[in-house]
Amino acid sequence: MSRLVERHPVWALIAIIAVAILLWLIFAVWPPGLEEAVGRKRVFLNALFNGITLGGLYFLVASGFTLIFGLMRNVNLAHGSLYLFGGYVGYAISTSTGSWLLSFIVAFILTALVGVLLQVIVFRRMEGQDLRQTMVTIGLSIVFADLMLWACGGDFYQIQTPNWLIGPIDLPLITAVKSSGEPVYLRYPLVRLVIFAASVVIGVAMWLALNRTRIGMIIRAGVDDRDILAATGVRIQLVFVLVFAFGAGLAGVAGVVGGTFQSLSPGEDIRFLLASLVVVIVGGMGSIPGAALGALIIGLAEQLGSVYIPTYAIVVTFLIMVLVLAIRPQGLLARR
Amino acid sequence: MSLTHDARVAVRPALAQRLARTWPEINNPAAWIVAAILLIMPLIANGFFLIEIFATTLILGIMALSLMFLAGYGGMVSLMQLTIAGFSAYMVAVFGVSGNANISLGWPWWLAVPMALALATAFGTLGGALAVRTEGIYTIMITLAIGAAFYYFTNQNWAIFNGHTGINTVATPHFWGVNWRADIPFYYVVLAVAALCYFAVEYLSRAPFGLALQGVRDNPRRMAALGFNVNAHRVAAYAFASFVAALAGVLQVWNYRQISPGSVSVGACIDVLIIAVVGGITRPIGPFIGALIFVLLRTFALDFLVRLGLDGNRFRLLIGLGFLAIVFWSSDGVIGLWQRWRQSQRPRTDRPGGGRGHG
Repeated sequence: MSRLVERHPVWALIAIIAVAILLWLIFAVWPPGLEEAVGRKRVFLNALFNGITLGGLYFLVASGFTLIFGLMRNVNLAHGSLYLFGGYVGYAISTSTGSWLLSFIVAFILTALVGVLLQVIVFRRMEGQDLRQTMVTIGLSIVFADLMLWACGGDFYQIQTPNWLIGPIDLPLITAVKSSGEPVYLRYPLVRLVIFAASVVIGVAMWLALNRTRIGMIIRAGVDDRDILAATGVRIQLVFVLVFAFGAGLAGVAGVVGGTFQSLSPGEDIRFLLASLVVVIVGGMGSIPGAALGALIIGLAEQLGSVYIPTYAIVVTFLIMVLVLAIRPQGLLARR
Repeated sequence: MSLTHDARVAVRPALAQRLARTWPEINNPAAWIVAAILLIMPLIANGFFLIEIFATTLILGIMALSLMFLAGYGGMVSLMQLTIAGFSAYMVAVFGVSGNANISLGWPWWLAVPMALALATAFGTLGGALAVRTEGIYTIMITLAIGAAFYYFTNQNWAIFNGHTGINTVATPHFWGVNWRADIPFYYVVLAVAALCYFAVEYLSRAPFGLALQGVRDNPRRMAALGFNVNAHRVAAYAFASFVAALAGVLQVWNYRQISPGSVSVGACIDVLIIAVVGGITRPIGPFIGALIFVLLRTFALDFLVRLGLDGNRFRLLIGLGFLAIVFWSSDGVIGLWQRWRQSQRPRTDRPGGGRGHG
């Protein structure tokens, strides 16, 4: 960190000032002039929190995508289909059993199984042919999308939030002060905060598993040079299957989360595929911290953009991608 | 066979030989038959077949041809070719005359079309300049992201693109006393543009630029070492392909007389890739074959499936499965299958690859 500051003193200063301004915007009571200029503080804080929690969801989808790519060099364009499949499974489980947590487990297991089948039946046959694998995943995503449309129809589904998570809670952040001098606190849906916390936990756990365990060491070695890894006697095909299953399962879990946050319908698969593409392009392909950073940036840009510049929100996301490609084509946190 | 070939060369001097080398179609009877059938098509087919099947096939074929040029000769699979065509179609509607008078500027078509072509080519070249910063599968992702961003942008923007309703009743050209959107004239316009694009790609693939591009595809580092500017060749390829796609976009907006975000959706972008891959991305004829298969399936799959007692709405499933099968069993689409079949019919031929390669 200190070396970074020494090498780029100007950028570090700008970053520190930006963080300070952001903290002030979050914690201070806004003066009336500022509220007139940019709108209510409650709107800003809501957009900020929505962006951060949406970033958590994007991270769940994109981390599986980036993990699979990092190890197997396989751009799985059917990842959005896995997301939607997980969501539908979660909906079916939560409506039939009424248990929200069970739906996560079943969705994870079933999408992981689909991932295992994909890896064993399809991708193992065409190892090393990147372009052909990508084409196959495009074909698979079309087939999956139509099968799911067949099975579930074109309706919107929303997974029921469990009772103990329903309703907003007060956060210790003052949005305004009433004329009587009594402070008004920010009210925010508990479920989104819980899901965000869970995605942070998953992210940290993944980072620890990758950097502190033996299997993580094998995976990292595989990302760097899988031929040498295979030559040392590691059963690389087994590692591939496990990683593919885990990445697919994460997409399924994200589907349940997305079905609770938002809704499930045909077309969501493409939306989340695009989101994960942009996230990993911005963050850097194959990098878990990159996926986290990219997801945060894209989630914030989308939500803040849709509040403050509604017609051009998508352009902001796109501009970020263009900027990153122009300055650092390999992504913000990619090593190579 | 070699005897007759030699005799013909002996009778005709070097000019014919050179022509045949530049345009291999000259010596191919099948090409002449196809050309003749296409020319007299209005005598055979009625309006529905002429426009809904053949003109639509040719338009989609031109779009897929631009992808084929990039993917086959440049090794860059770009999913934004439909987006460029859609951009050009939108520009025709915005600069020309349409039912949405508050948006359209009302220029005559001979001003609006060059403007649209120029802007769409610039748009595609810019996107290409962005995409060439990366390679291989990254190119797919970035171009897909550009296509999707354009789709969402047209959905959200009302000032220029008129949101999700799009721009309707776009005017089509009338001059020299001919309504060029009437079935038969329009078919010939489309056919002429398709032939122009086909032969342009064919010519370019043999020109020094095309050969250098194929060198860049096969080994960029060696080409760079030889002194070629790799990225400049790639961006130039994008510029040419964008122009081809833009031409298809103009024809498309004249065909449907309207343009809306649905025409530039992500699914439609992927359809163009499917068309090119199913037809085969090593020859310019591949995209047109793929487009014909795609249009026939799209038009008749519903009736066909219903007749078999299945759900007619499963047309996309059929397309997806067909695409998967092609990708699984042939790396060169229908053309590859056909060539392999011909080789198995003639096991004693000593020329592998079934004749002319693409260079």
